Amino acid sequence: MESKPAPAPFAPWEDAAAHPLIRFEGVTKRFGDFTAVSDLNLKIYPREFFALLGPSGCGKTTLMRMLAGFETPTEGTIWLDGQNIAPVPPNKRPVNMMFQSYALFPHLSVWDNIAFGLRRAGKDKETVRARVEEMLRLTRLDQFARRKPHQISGGQRQRVALARSLALGPKLLLLDEPLGALDKKLRQDTQFELMDIQEKTGTTFVIVTHDQEEAMTVASRVAVMDAGRLCQVDTPQHIYETPNSRYVADFIGEVSIIEGRVAALGEEAEIAYAEGARPIVTRTGGAALEPGQSVFYAIRPEKIWVGAAPHPDRINSVEGTIVDIGYLGDVSTYHVRLDTGQMVKALMTNAERYAASRFTWNDRVWLSWSRHAGVVLAS
Amino acid sequence: MKRSMSVFNMTTLTLGLAFLYLPMLLLMVYSFNASRLVTVWAGFSTQWYGELLRNQQFLDAAWVTLRVAVVSSTLATVLGTMAAWVLVRERRFLGRTLFSGMIYAPLVMPEVITGLSLLLLFIAIGLDRGILTIILAHTTFAMCYVSVVVSSRLVTFDRSLEEAALDLGCSPMQAFGHVTLPIIAPAVVSGWLLAFTLSLDDLVIASFTSGPSSTTLPIKIFSSMRLGVSPEINALSTILISIVAVGVVVAALVSKRQIARRETEEREGLT
Repeated sequence: MESKPAPAPFAPWEDAAAHPLIRFEGVTKRFGDFTAVSDLNLKIYPREFFALLGPSGCGKTTLMRMLAGFETPTEGTIWLDGQNIAPVPPNKRPVNMMFQSYALFPHLSVWDNIAFGLRRAGKDKETVRARVEEMLRLTRLDQFARRKPHQISGGQRQRVALARSLALGPKLLLLDEPLGALDKKLRQDTQFELMDIQEKTGTTFVIVTHDQEEAMTVASRVAVMDAGRLCQVDTPQHIYETPNSRYVADFIGEVSIIEGRVAALGEEAEIAYAEGARPIVTRTGGAALEPGQSVFYAIRPEKIWVGAAPHPDRINSVEGTIVDIGYLGDVSTYHVRLDTGQMVKALMTNAERYAASRFTWNDRVWLSWSRHAGVVLAS
Repeated sequence: MKRSMSVFNMTTLTLGLAFLYLPMLLLMVYSFNASRLVTVWAGFSTQWYGELLRNQQFLDAAWVTLRVAVVSSTLATVLGTMAAWVLVRERRFLGRTLFSGMIYAPLVMPEVITGLSLLLLFIAIGLDRGILTIILAHTTFAMCYVSVVVSSRLVTFDRSLEEAALDLGCSPMQAFGHVTLPIIAPAVVSGWLLAFTLSLDDLVIASFTSGPSSTTLPIKIFSSMRLGVSPEINALSTILISIVAVGVVVAALVSKRQIARRETEEREGLT
């Protein structure tokens, strides 16, 4: 019996025929002398959960506010569903926003907050009631409907803000640091709740965040931004495993970066990083490299095996001294200084009890990793 | 904790209160004096209150004052709120600094100058002095106070609330009416009350801008004082003091109850 073919993964960005919901075309935004967003091109597809990730001041919030209509681009065009939205004021856009501060109306009850947009749209009483109740159920707020915003907890407020912004059934929902005000545990639960609600409603979500974990968890694609530019736009997995620059590699997760030079180039490349040391052998992953080019070799700590002797199956092995150990219970991070001077971080899972006491400070250890473990970056 | 106050604290408190309220207390006591002579006590009587109610001039003046105060404080509240709005919201526009300076200048301007300049203006444009001119004059100087009160509230107002209203389909005007105004309402109301009391007890500006047909109560009291202190004035002042005292106590009780209600609501909200 043949098993059913697995449903195609959701990846409209790989489909040349797919119509984007939003298209940024050469968008630049300046505030006086300061360029917040610079010549940006980006497509976001329907039903995507798209994350804009970057440090504060990188232009991600400006990008979102241009989508909401609170800022207009200095140059370039933003297309929403084939329409240039520059002349459309915020109250006429099929876009709703969930504000970082939630911006709940303090003088209105939870119920009236959610009904606010529906009433402005001139919906009749019965429609408003039905829709508000649907939203209350969706966000599990039924028993708080009559409360005022100051009478509910932070997590509940966050859900009211979400319900209010979803009530009008927007084509696009913008979320500005939606979970920033919640504590860590609640934030994690809410991330899954958000994904669940996004799936149920089929709305396109664009989320702005500076928390890389959050972006990785919720998003179908992540755009890493820096100084008004997009550094990389890709799925969380690609962003993590094949960053296209040192900046992206460093911004997402932990990484050790070794500076070197392409010593030999074939199907695999050899990266010489120190006088007299064996070059690092690595797959190039299709990156355009030239012999002699100076490059950066980036490797994630969890890809490195720490042992008393070189790992027999791994092609790269170097010796070093443990400088620092971070014991986190489930894992331990080792900061190892190679004999050639570089600092490399390695992560080992503490699969057995007291596994962490294998090595201690100033121990000599071998670090081993495979040819697939790291990436070669030109910039 | 020691419940009883030290002798020193007790003395300061008594002296302080006496300093503030003894004159008024004296005035209130003498308003019940049976004698026409203000400084000689001749037994308890409420006759001056009766006289007051039969004194058409005082009643007319009171009625003028009330109308002026209500209309001018309402106008001042509308204008002052608009000015505050523009100053807080529009960070940059041509002449902003000048405008903001000019809004607050009347706060420190001597009243005599404000009154005199208004008088000259009214004469220049040929406006007969009467209730209308007093209303205009009071609106002019009270709107600065309203604008100060309202703008201090607007400064702390979360801008994203308005953006949220716009985002949910409000036009800028609707956003103001549905969201901003209800939230800043307490500041607007206290601005109105401030303008109302300022108008109620203004003597200087009113005496420049009033006409023969429109004497306000402060002018009336002041001018009858020149003919000597009459027990009727004492009675009138006592009534005014009582009205103000009742107003203050009611306002305090209302706000206290509101705070208490909010606190219980918050407690309930946490469970």
